[in-house]
Amino acid sequence: MGIRFILMVNKQGQTRLAQYYEWLTLEERRALEGEIVRKCLARNDQQCSFVEHRNYKIVYRRYASLFFLVGVDNDENELAILEFIHLLVETMDRHFGNVCELDIMFHLEKAHFMLEEMVMNGCIVETSKSNILSPIQLMDKTS
Amino acid sequence: MNPFSSGTRLRDMIRAIRACKTAAEERAVVRKECAAIRTSMNENDQDYRHRNLAKLMFIHMLGYPTHFGQMECLKLIASAGFPEKRIGYLGLMLLLDERQEVLMLVTNSLKQDLNHSNQYIVGLALCALGNICSAEMARDLAPEVERLLQFRDPNVRKKAALCTIRIIKKVPDLSENFINPAAALLKEKHHGVLITGIQLCTDLCKVSPEALEFLRKKHTDGLVKTLRDAVNSPYTPEYDISGIADPFLHIRLLKLLRVLGQGDADASDAMNDILAQVATKTESNKNAGNAILYECVETIMSIEDNGGLRVLAINILGRFLSNRDNNIRYVALNMLMKAITVDAQAVQRHRATILECVKDSDASIQKRALELVYVLVNETNVKPLTKELIDYLEVSDQEFKGELTAKICSIIEKFSPEKNWYIDQMLKVLNKAGNFVKDEVWHALIAVISSASDLHGYTVRALYKAFQTSSEQESLVRVAVWCIGEYGDMLVNNVGMLDIEDPITVTESDTVDVVKIAIKHHALDLTTKAMALIALLKLSSRFPSCSERIKDIIVQHKGSFVLELQQRSLEFNSIIEKHQNIRSALVERMPILDDGTFSTRRAGSLPAAASTSSGASLNLPNGVAKPSAAPLVDLLDLSDDLPAPSSSGGDFLQDLLGIDLSPAPTQSGIGQIQKAGTDVLLDLLSIGTPVQSSSPTTDILSSSQNGKSPIATLDALSSPSSLSAQATSSARAVPMMDLLDGFGPSPLKPEDNGSVYPPLVAFQSSSLRITFNFSKQPGNPQTTLIQATFINLTPNVFTDFIFQAAVPKFLQLHLDPASSNILPASGNGSITQNLRVTNSQHGKLKLQENTIPAPLISSEVHSSYTKSISTETAFYDGDL
Repeated sequence: MGIRFILMVNKQGQTRLAQYYEWLTLEERRALEGEIVRKCLARNDQQCSFVEHRNYKIVYRRYASLFFLVGVDNDENELAILEFIHLLVETMDRHFGNVCELDIMFHLEKAHFMLEEMVMNGCIVETSKSNILSPIQLMDKTS
Repeated sequence: MNPFSSGTRLRDMIRAIRACKTAAEERAVVRKECAAIRTSMNENDQDYRHRNLAKLMFIHMLGYPTHFGQMECLKLIASAGFPEKRIGYLGLMLLLDERQEVLMLVTNSLKQDLNHSNQYIVGLALCALGNICSAEMARDLAPEVERLLQFRDPNVRKKAALCTIRIIKKVPDLSENFINPAAALLKEKHHGVLITGIQLCTDLCKVSPEALEFLRKKHTDGLVKTLRDAVNSPYTPEYDISGIADPFLHIRLLKLLRVLGQGDADASDAMNDILAQVATKTESNKNAGNAILYECVETIMSIEDNGGLRVLAINILGRFLSNRDNNIRYVALNMLMKAITVDAQAVQRHRATILECVKDSDASIQKRALELVYVLVNETNVKPLTKELIDYLEVSDQEFKGELTAKICSIIEKFSPEKNWYIDQMLKVLNKAGNFVKDEVWHALIAVISSASDLHGYTVRALYKAFQTSSEQESLVRVAVWCIGEYGDMLVNNVGMLDIEDPITVTESDTVDVVKIAIKHHALDLTTKAMALIALLKLSSRFPSCSERIKDIIVQHKGSFVLELQQRSLEFNSIIEKHQNIRSALVERMPILDDGTFSTRRAGSLPAAASTSSGASLNLPNGVAKPSAAPLVDLLDLSDDLPAPSSSGGDFLQDLLGIDLSPAPTQSGIGQIQKAGTDVLLDLLSIGTPVQSSSPTTDILSSSQNGKSPIATLDALSSPSSLSAQATSSARAVPMMDLLDGFGPSPLKPEDNGSVYPPLVAFQSSSLRITFNFSKQPGNPQTTLIQATFINLTPNVFTDFIFQAAVPKFLQLHLDPASSNILPASGNGSITQNLRVTNSQHGKLKLQENTIPAPLISSEVHSSYTKSISTETAFYDGDL
């Protein structure tokens, strides 16, 4: 499987969303997130978007104050993951309208639902924004 | 119900947490919320279940324990409404994992939901199953998932496909059932189903060779067509990313084609055209296009050879490498690493660019580039590449230095064309990054220096100069101190000047200064100081004029809090003061270390052997009584080793330097002695294992005899007919041999008079076999007659063949003249020789077992070595 975890972290290094596709204990997660965030946030814009950490490769991208970090296997196509992050942001943008950190915080479960429609067990399920969003919109309508 | 807390809305809780200024405040808020949620759960509060779980998810994300909410997830999943199920499943995926037993309880709900009439609920269940399914669940629910692969709604089919991946990974046996339904997905038009179907097929190929074979035969052409359609598809707004229709689909297709094409010429052939088209037509000014190109290159590199395509791929990488975007350069380096196995020549062309990348400011790129440079080094380019890397070492980041140093050292060791160059480069590395150099590396350097006798003077002078500028670099200091101790006289007298050197004037006092600085330096550690003390002792003998001063320095450490230093200081002081007469013999220059042997040992490839040095017991100057029955292990004799050679390389040098702070050498000696004395009683021990012919190991001893007559050491034959024997054969290339291994329980029984003893093969190598026939004269049980028969197994005649043997003190050995001293080749004849061994302690075996001394080697050939060896040994042994 390609994707091992997806993290959204703000400029201060606080986790705003975390989805793991392999089991890590709470302590392992906290340690891992701390290490990765320190490593990635210290890098500047000119440096490349890939960081090797432990046996992961972290592909990250920054949107305003929010960092999207995706941990992948070593043989994953890094450029494609970069493109995937962009797709994720665009999808959230379409739903929330100019997505920001607070949208994700206060609608954590919706963000998860979107992610669920896009990635399952570390593999990409769907890449069409309207297909991703249709179940969520349906749910919004009924409730 | 507690109106006070569980009433807080999710939104309020998040606000409260955000408002926290410190981590402690946050913990307090979370603790309060958790308590409220627990209460609410205990009251089985239906209305707030949904909200409670949402809160828990948030708390979980912040990294607090939430296990108490697991049962709530199960309850929500079991409820009827979609919103409850939805949040329940989400909680299940976030809060639980497949190892928890609670998960067993959910199998039934999952089964029901997989059969639900509402397709969204089916989708939820599939998604959860795909993320957390365990092996048991996989077995239970596989039939449902298999059925759902053909469900009418594509959104269910795509999730079922990914769910299947999880199932076949958990239970590979189930993959058989899924091959056909999975292959059917490859014909889908819906992108989501297609992309997941392709992913499923890729994973099927990994777990099942039958699936791979089937898909390769039946579906390669279909997939090529799908890729062609995808490449040529008209604009589809839904999937378009910067002008390319669904790059993710392209990438998945290329990945699957790679799996199918690997190792199959026909399949590779079928995809050549489309790969060429993708490689040439894809736009490379956008990230999405580059992602496809990147994947395409990898596929081209992995499938069966097609020269034209490979050129195309390498060219793309060349373009990537010169791209200004760091992301693109990073993936290019990544890819070149894989390409190097396919076409090293083409990668070599980019060497200069790659070397530039090592110096990039970006740590990720540096690391990749360094790894690539490391594999690019070969005999022809090692010098310029090393120079570049060493130059860069000076300016590189601290964090990067460790890795860079390790790689440089490894390159130097692997490819060094001559010793002079090796020493020069290592000194440069030590000079610039001595604190990053690993112990094995400087140990190896010392072995090389020691073996390069014509460079001793040059090296010690270079180290002296380097020390003046970089006395902070620990391993440089260690090597310098060692060399000064050994070769200090060469430093002063400018012995062995090379043409390239400028003569320097160093006085004896300057030399002592260096060691003094090292020993006084606050930042240097115990090992260095211990080495410095030894160097001082050695210098005290080399430079009599400085003896007093050296004594003063040594004496300063007699109050050291470190036992090691204190002891050294006291003992050395006593040597200088009271034992002038033996001092020079004690501190003779170390015998040459053979670096070839050293590196073999370092690799741990030399089999364990046992033999011991001359046991001529020395009275130690420091007054430590040495058990006479325990001859010292000869530290230098490389055949001498504990039977655990795994990490022996470093230890060996540690021993040699006398800086190993554990008493390992002594113990090893005793251990072996006991072994020789008891376990191996009857073995004609230790000629053993001829060293593999592929790595001819010349040991120190044999190399000193111009390689003409290496020594085979037969050791001890204890027991009733105890005997030590040593054979000096003139077999030309017979390396160190060791008889020890491979002997079972003794064939010799301590019976009485006149018994018949079975003959024994005392030694067997690829070149020589020695057989012993035993007999005893009636009425004289303490004397054993041994007839040794020598057979030459090589095609060369052995001339001047001499067999020598030595025995412990309580035995007497009488050697009769041999029948000849020429041993015909290929076993066409033999030499026989009679030995008579008298055991003065016959019948006292039981008492003897633990004290029987190990056999002694006493051969004229290396007596001069044993002398210096044993003095060294005695010295360090006592010291330890």
